[in-house]
Amino acid sequence: MRIAIIGAGVVGSLIARELTKYEAEIEIFEKYPDVGWGVTKANSGVIHAGYDDEPGTVRSKYCTHGNSLYTKLSYELGFPIKRTGSLVAAFDDEEVKVLEKLLDYGKKNGVEGLKILDKYESLEKEPNLSKMVIASLWAPSTGIIGPWEVAQAAIENAIDNGAKIHLSTEVKGIKKANKKVLVEVDDRDYEFDFVVNASGLWADVLAESAGVKVTPLHPRKGEYILLDQSDLVRTVVFPVPSKAGKGILVLPTIHNTTLLGPTSEDLPPDWRDRNETTAEGIRKIIENTKKLVPSINLSKSIRTFAGLRPENDLKDFVVVKEENMVNVVATRSPGLTSAPAMAEDIANWIVGLRSLKLNKNFNPYRKPIPRPYEMEDEEKEKLIRENPAFGRVICRCNKVTEGEVIEAIKRGARTLDGVKLRTTAMFGRCQGSFCTVNIMKIIKRETGMDFEDIEKNLPSSKVVDGVLR
Amino acid sequence: MKMRYDVVVLGGGAAGMGAVKGAKDLGASVLLIEREPFTGGVLNQCIHTGFGLQVFKMELTGPEYHEFYRNKIGKFDALYETMVLNIDFDENKIKAMNSEGIHEIEYGALVLATGARERPFEALRVPGTRPAGIFTAGLAQKFVNLENHLPGHRAVIIGSGDIGMIMARRLFLEGVKIEGVYEIMPYPGGLTRNVAQCLEDFNIPLHLSTSVVKIHGKRRLEGVTVAKFENNSPVEGSERFIECDTLVASVGLIPENDLVKGKIEIGPDEGIFVDDLMRTNYENVFACGNNVCIHDLVDFTTTEGEVAGRNAAMVAKGESLPPRAGIIIAGSGIRILSIHYTTATEPFKLYVRVDKPMEIATVNVNDKPVKAAVNARPSEMIELTLNPQKIDLKGKIIVSAKGVKK
Repeated sequence: MRIAIIGAGVVGSLIARELTKYEAEIEIFEKYPDVGWGVTKANSGVIHAGYDDEPGTVRSKYCTHGNSLYTKLSYELGFPIKRTGSLVAAFDDEEVKVLEKLLDYGKKNGVEGLKILDKYESLEKEPNLSKMVIASLWAPSTGIIGPWEVAQAAIENAIDNGAKIHLSTEVKGIKKANKKVLVEVDDRDYEFDFVVNASGLWADVLAESAGVKVTPLHPRKGEYILLDQSDLVRTVVFPVPSKAGKGILVLPTIHNTTLLGPTSEDLPPDWRDRNETTAEGIRKIIENTKKLVPSINLSKSIRTFAGLRPENDLKDFVVVKEENMVNVVATRSPGLTSAPAMAEDIANWIVGLRSLKLNKNFNPYRKPIPRPYEMEDEEKEKLIRENPAFGRVICRCNKVTEGEVIEAIKRGARTLDGVKLRTTAMFGRCQGSFCTVNIMKIIKRETGMDFEDIEKNLPSSKVVDGVLR
Repeated sequence: MKMRYDVVVLGGGAAGMGAVKGAKDLGASVLLIEREPFTGGVLNQCIHTGFGLQVFKMELTGPEYHEFYRNKIGKFDALYETMVLNIDFDENKIKAMNSEGIHEIEYGALVLATGARERPFEALRVPGTRPAGIFTAGLAQKFVNLENHLPGHRAVIIGSGDIGMIMARRLFLEGVKIEGVYEIMPYPGGLTRNVAQCLEDFNIPLHLSTSVVKIHGKRRLEGVTVAKFENNSPVEGSERFIECDTLVASVGLIPENDLVKGKIEIGPDEGIFVDDLMRTNYENVFACGNNVCIHDLVDFTTTEGEVAGRNAAMVAKGESLPPRAGIIIAGSGIRILSIHYTTATEPFKLYVRVDKPMEIATVNVNDKPVKAAVNARPSEMIELTLNPQKIDLKGKIIVSAKGVKK
């Protein structure tokens, strides 16, 4: 049984990994040169508790369960997760009513530990929260992760268990032919027994290419500001949600920075690559987040960015199951949180449909890249004795060692962003002005690539251009 | 490994080398801890001339300056490619890591000479895309001067800091088309001599009150939109598109003090607050160079380093240094002070920057004029020598500057 997964984002990579628990030939197609570079890279990295989703929606079915699955996933796949908890802050009586509605949704969705806090309890949880707060909804199960790390870990583990990945390979269409399905890429077609379409922003287009009708997608843009501050907030701080979504948040990241955002701007359907930031968006983030946390210090900004998320008019996930294909469409928020639950559900359905046998050799564990900076001294010493490269710090801001960079390259990083998103080098307060050259030297040494072949991320994004003499 | 030294110096750039020499001259045992495999810091990539004029009365390149000075020091112990993980200021211990493992180093006195980092362009929150082809001036300089690689072929320079102007000239000489230097302020950010020698001599246009408002290009930079600025906001209708594949940003340096935050007193500009002995709030911890205050000339950081190194050696040998007697405060007209406390014992040098250009600036200490500077600019430091024999330097000392027209 040959199964194709289109898209190596969190959804596709977790489905791929789930299916490697069974006897099947899994091939993953990813149009970018690396995994997790689409919608997965374009969100806040929050594992939502599950009180936002109106009971009865597909979202409500997956979110709370997905949240709880992350604990085991994080342990097996070796990516960090922090259960910071979250606060939805209310500033007037109308907003307090919304908190009560969310509490009710949460209870119906099976979210544990929810509690409405008064002003003082709220400020105790989050001392930098605006003193104008009158109440908040506390959700202890909310967590933070590096979303792309989930995709990297799941893909590494899937490959370890026999899956195959085609990077920089864009699927142009999917065709059903007799009992088979053809995956069309530039130079050839691949034949499969089953196809999982998890292509994020393009999921509707690919579904249609196979003759499957789904509610069309449009991109929703979210802009962000990243601050070099690790102690501004302890929890994920939300305003009360509105029609436009969960609002603009202030949250700590798993990489010891603070994130402000996202905005929420619906773009025309054909603007699926328009992820530029705007003066208006940045202004909106500042205005809104300062209401939540007045002490935000914008001189600590180190980067602004924007991502596109798939949205439809239903404002809900759409999973279309067919005889030899499943389409996972509109993985909007809380898509990241829901991904493990969706992956489990969809894989189980395929396994039942095709009576797949268990893969007895399945290894659920993936070792993370060792991170000396976070180790106890003895552990550090041992690692450095085994491999001295783990003692040489390359990225001074985030204390990333040469050993980590080499390991990232071994695991597939061939671009600066590939190294950055696996190690956090170039991700800190200097944004790579100190370490970029040294990282390029390591890539050159380890892969034989010339400086001029090394790209920032996508093809044609070369870092340097030409030699002096 | 465990070690003990009288004086440990963190950072082997121009200031740190000064500290090593200062401490060694007084016979102290000295250890330098340096992150790179060699000393010299940023001097290694500054192949232009202009170094050494103040202290050595010679015009040297960065590497020459470093070599010349290093030869004056002689031998000393150093740990290279070594990162300090933690400093215990109460136990006088440093924990550092390198490819040989973890090292615990006990110090009698410590000198912090960790320099500065460049403010990244991304920190400016400029709207648009995030393509390749955007460099800080220092990174572009490293590619060109140390790695023999060109960043691109058609460049705009954002910000007129010294390295920005120097890189405009450097790239021009290597055949890169320079579309101009764009400075958001109404005056240049770097030294007047660099405006003349790096820009005017090569007909590179300097556009004041102008900066970038949008980045174009999905993968590699394709162009920028610039606009006139008034009161820090772009003027509507003044936007202009410039095609380019390279953006070099010279938008400020930030003292690098992450390691000591929360323990050592740091000011709002992120520089360490020291007294005229270059001593911090710990009696055996000293600081010098760009992590104290962003200097305009490297010579002054070396001099500061020597002061810090000498005083560190004295403390390490058990001598007691005079206590702080006065606090120096920046009054009107002053943007930055190099030193914030005084012992009011010996004459010392204080460097200040004015907050706006002044044709003639009168610098006052507690309302008494101490110096007049012609053509004072925020980019150039004014050197004051304060003598406690001549002027009361105890208690609260307010340094202010007033502009007078010629």
